[in-house]
Amino acid sequence: MNMASPALDIARIRADFPILSRTVRNKPLVFLDSAASAQKPRAVIDAIRACYEAEYANIHRGVYWLSQHATERFEGAREKVRALLNARDSREIIFVRGATEGINLVAQSWGRHFLKPGDEVLITALEHHSNIVPWQMLRDEKGIVLKVAPVDDAGELIWPDFEALIGPRTKLIAVAQVANSIGTVLPVEQIVSLAKARGIVTLVDGCQAVPHMAVDVQALGADFYVFSGHKLYGPAGIGVLYGRAELLNAMPPWQGGGDMIRSVTFDKTEYADLPHKFEAGTPAIADAIGLGAAIDYVNGIGYAAIAAHEADLMAYAATRLNQVPDLRVIGTARRKSAVISFVLNGVHPHDIGTILDGEGICIRAGHHCAQPVMDRFEVPATVRASFGLYNTRAEVDALVAGLHKVAEIFA
Amino acid sequence: MSDLRDLYQEVILDHSKRPRNFRCLDASTHEAKGHNPLCGDRLNLWLDVEGGNIKDIAFQGDGCAISKASASLMTEAVKGRPVAEARHLFDEFHHLLTDADEHAPPDDLEKLAVFTGVREFPVRVKCATLPWHTLIAALDGAGQPAKTE
Repeated sequence: MNMASPALDIARIRADFPILSRTVRNKPLVFLDSAASAQKPRAVIDAIRACYEAEYANIHRGVYWLSQHATERFEGAREKVRALLNARDSREIIFVRGATEGINLVAQSWGRHFLKPGDEVLITALEHHSNIVPWQMLRDEKGIVLKVAPVDDAGELIWPDFEALIGPRTKLIAVAQVANSIGTVLPVEQIVSLAKARGIVTLVDGCQAVPHMAVDVQALGADFYVFSGHKLYGPAGIGVLYGRAELLNAMPPWQGGGDMIRSVTFDKTEYADLPHKFEAGTPAIADAIGLGAAIDYVNGIGYAAIAAHEADLMAYAATRLNQVPDLRVIGTARRKSAVISFVLNGVHPHDIGTILDGEGICIRAGHHCAQPVMDRFEVPATVRASFGLYNTRAEVDALVAGLHKVAEIFA
Repeated sequence: MSDLRDLYQEVILDHSKRPRNFRCLDASTHEAKGHNPLCGDRLNLWLDVEGGNIKDIAFQGDGCAISKASASLMTEAVKGRPVAEARHLFDEFHHLLTDADEHAPPDDLEKLAVFTGVREFPVRVKCATLPWHTLIAALDGAGQPAKTE
């Protein structure tokens, strides 16, 4: 932890999130499920409302002022995403519904077009279902081979095994930057640099990274990078696929329709240039603008301060949870982001979830859309507490108190 | 919180920790698997039905306290009873947990009435009904795993 980082004014930040002042079951809301979806600051809510109240029209079409204005706001949001990821060009930023759609776009456009039977896609054992199922669908359709790199008991990638799985037929390596289920930070820099040296295309799922750490896609060198707006304090229904222009230009469109064409006759259609080639139909205009506001909000606080605050919460939570009898943390990687997954001996996570809910505490209980991870650690499910920039040590204390209540009921 | 104590009553906690009829039946006439994909609750259910009567019933599996206790109490409730009565109990149990209008549990549910509190926790209703759906699947001999969806 960098002690020189500016400290967060947590009271002020919490006041920015209207929902955090509400109660649940007559208890103050303790929201520890930001890895599933983060809460929204007033700035985002206001940006969406302002769009619909004063700035809304369809984009890229109207000759009238209001449409041009909406287009500028929408394209302004794209530029904010470009800056956030430090992409070279805003045309490399494709708006999609979320990371899931971004991965499916790559699988259905790039994968379907460029992969041949026998070609291999390598993922890790820590992936979210959204980075497993699209490749399985492609496997069943195209006869590609899906390989899975194992993790050790701490939840870290086993590097020699990973390296050994790369062969002459490996065409794509698709990995999460941070595992949503157990919080492992994967060595994506090392993975991408190895892939580049061997001419392998890379896709990084940045869903659980972008809310917590600065990302520079040029420095990282990934070919594709996806994230979801709703985990970055922005609206649901908007997300981002970054792709290197060279690849995106070579890829066929995924969906056909309005906005993605240059000209259409019944004989022939010419497709629009990037990014519009991949944005068929009217997009989530207000939500893209809301995502832009979320990016402004995060930048206003700064990743250094966010990372320092969340590292403090993680360290505090690890210490406090280790004092809870019969509690076992699942995933003890050396580098972890703002996620702690655990099980309590003798009590099923769903029962824990219900009892904590009675205390106003929101945690995720289940498989976290990562069933293979649960299988790997031989648990049916875990309890997952995840942190955002607005969480406090007091909320960790509330969680621990709730777990003592669980023990009391199940004693 | 009183609601929670209504949900996790002593009987439920007892049956979840020490489930009855928790074994496999070697000589079974009916069997089915149950799976709640949302929770990951899984159970295998075996029945020995003779002359329209449930002579024996047993289950094995893993799940939350509600699903395990429900399976355990269900096996006690239907063991030795005619199949038709077991089906009737399922209907009553299902109504108790899912009917919009709250009503007192019918007398013939007996111990199963402890699940009345589950009604207040809609996401947990499926945990309690999974064993019963599995029972009906076994009796119907559908050969398909019972699902809560």
